[in-house]
Amino acid sequence: MNSFSYTRADDVATALREVAADGAAKFIAGGTNLIDLMKENVERPSRLIDITRLTLGGIRPRSDGGLRLGALATNTDVAYHKEIERRYPLLSKAILAGASPQLRNMATVGGNLLQRTRCCYFYDTATPCNKRTPGVGCSAIAGFNRAHAILGTSAACIASHPSDMCVALAALEAVVRVTGSVGERVVPFAAFHRLPGDTPNIDTNLQADEIITGVDLPARGFAEHHAYLKIRDRASYAFALVSVAAALEMDGNTITEARLALGGVAHKPWRDPQTETMLHGQSATRENFKRVAEALLRDAKGFGRNRFKIELAKLAIVRALSQASFKEAHS
Amino acid sequence: MNSKPKADAATKATVSLPTKNGITLKVNGAVKQIEIAPWTTLLDALREHLGLTGTKKGCDHGQCGACTVLVNGKRITSCLTLAIMHDGAEVTTIEGLAEGEVLHPLQKAFVEHDAFQCGYCTPGQICSAVGLLREGKAKSPEDIRELMSGNICRCGAYANIVAAIEQVSRMGERGDEE
Repeated sequence: MNSFSYTRADDVATALREVAADGAAKFIAGGTNLIDLMKENVERPSRLIDITRLTLGGIRPRSDGGLRLGALATNTDVAYHKEIERRYPLLSKAILAGASPQLRNMATVGGNLLQRTRCCYFYDTATPCNKRTPGVGCSAIAGFNRAHAILGTSAACIASHPSDMCVALAALEAVVRVTGSVGERVVPFAAFHRLPGDTPNIDTNLQADEIITGVDLPARGFAEHHAYLKIRDRASYAFALVSVAAALEMDGNTITEARLALGGVAHKPWRDPQTETMLHGQSATRENFKRVAEALLRDAKGFGRNRFKIELAKLAIVRALSQASFKEAHS
Repeated sequence: MNSKPKADAATKATVSLPTKNGITLKVNGAVKQIEIAPWTTLLDALREHLGLTGTKKGCDHGQCGACTVLVNGKRITSCLTLAIMHDGAEVTTIEGLAEGEVLHPLQKAFVEHDAFQCGYCTPGQICSAVGLLREGKAKSPEDIRELMSGNICRCGAYANIVAAIEQVSRMGERGDEE
């Protein structure tokens, strides 16, 4: 780890001032990803601004019937919160499918959104990586890429976003609240993370002088018909090869609304709202689920070792939708 | 934030070498004041500055759980957090669980069930299990296995670890009460 200076911010304005004053400064909260990357010399901040004492925790009801998750609420706080368990079980299950209890006790909502999209080559400073050093090339495209993305990739980067929580937030159409030097703004979840394009070094659309203050959940939580299915190499504590957040509204056996978000397959939680509408007005049958799965993966591209993910994702989508279509999902 | 040039970070880091900072930790009930650098992890502070070597360094990346301690009652991996961020916190390590010669129920159960071979992961396993029992979410052996997934045992003593935790869980023991 490089040497750095440390300050603790007591309010958001101070935190923003401090980060603006030093282009190589970073905020730290849970630190579970940042410190790990610092130990590998991948992240080398000149200054860490500790934001853990800001009053950005808690989970509160919103006037529109939704909930606001404070940026500093821990993964554990959110996953086991009574209202989240009751109204947004998809989110609770996704969070509990990720990391370990120790990490969930440290990791925050804001930090989960800002963890780096990454791969083994990003971590390995002995290998070229466009995400670490733009322009030097991608070691994964012709390398060990079993865990890598199959959708939305570019010639510069095929890393996949590892979050489970963000997959559920994408399906729930959460809204990210951000404060910066020019004031507050809200970012729809789908617009928060970026595809790699030719700037894989930039993971999100958060600006350098901005801080996440919270994440808003809309009133609808799809508690009756949902599933979070995570396929991974071991039973627990591993990143998804493929994960699926499925949320349905149903009238009898007819689907009136469908949401599908995929994890482990792209540089960001993957959604294709246009394709989801294929299910609207359709009955919950395996054939219909297969059709939407085929459509969602129509542009998928494998890179050798990760080619199996294309078929795996289709099967996972069908299974997640089947689970979600039953009342009280068995995920 | 992600777009900041790395070269800038490296240059600035070499020109400003921060001085050590004084922090206070309440470790196993005793107030301790130490001088640490900002980059000292809580794990290194416990082991190198306070001589509490019961907490182990395994992977040093939050993956193995050997460094698990309780901070303000919650289990965390002490290798992935900076000591300076915990100024004023209460920390419980494996050394703080027994009361004199009387072992903590989980320590006793680990001995009874032979829940280790080499023992290197054991302090982390036990501290993690204390946290698990306090959380009160494990209702079955399957739950225990899932909620202990952050603690790796290379000797493979998992079956006995689960049995030990299950026994204490059934006793209604909620962990060490200070």
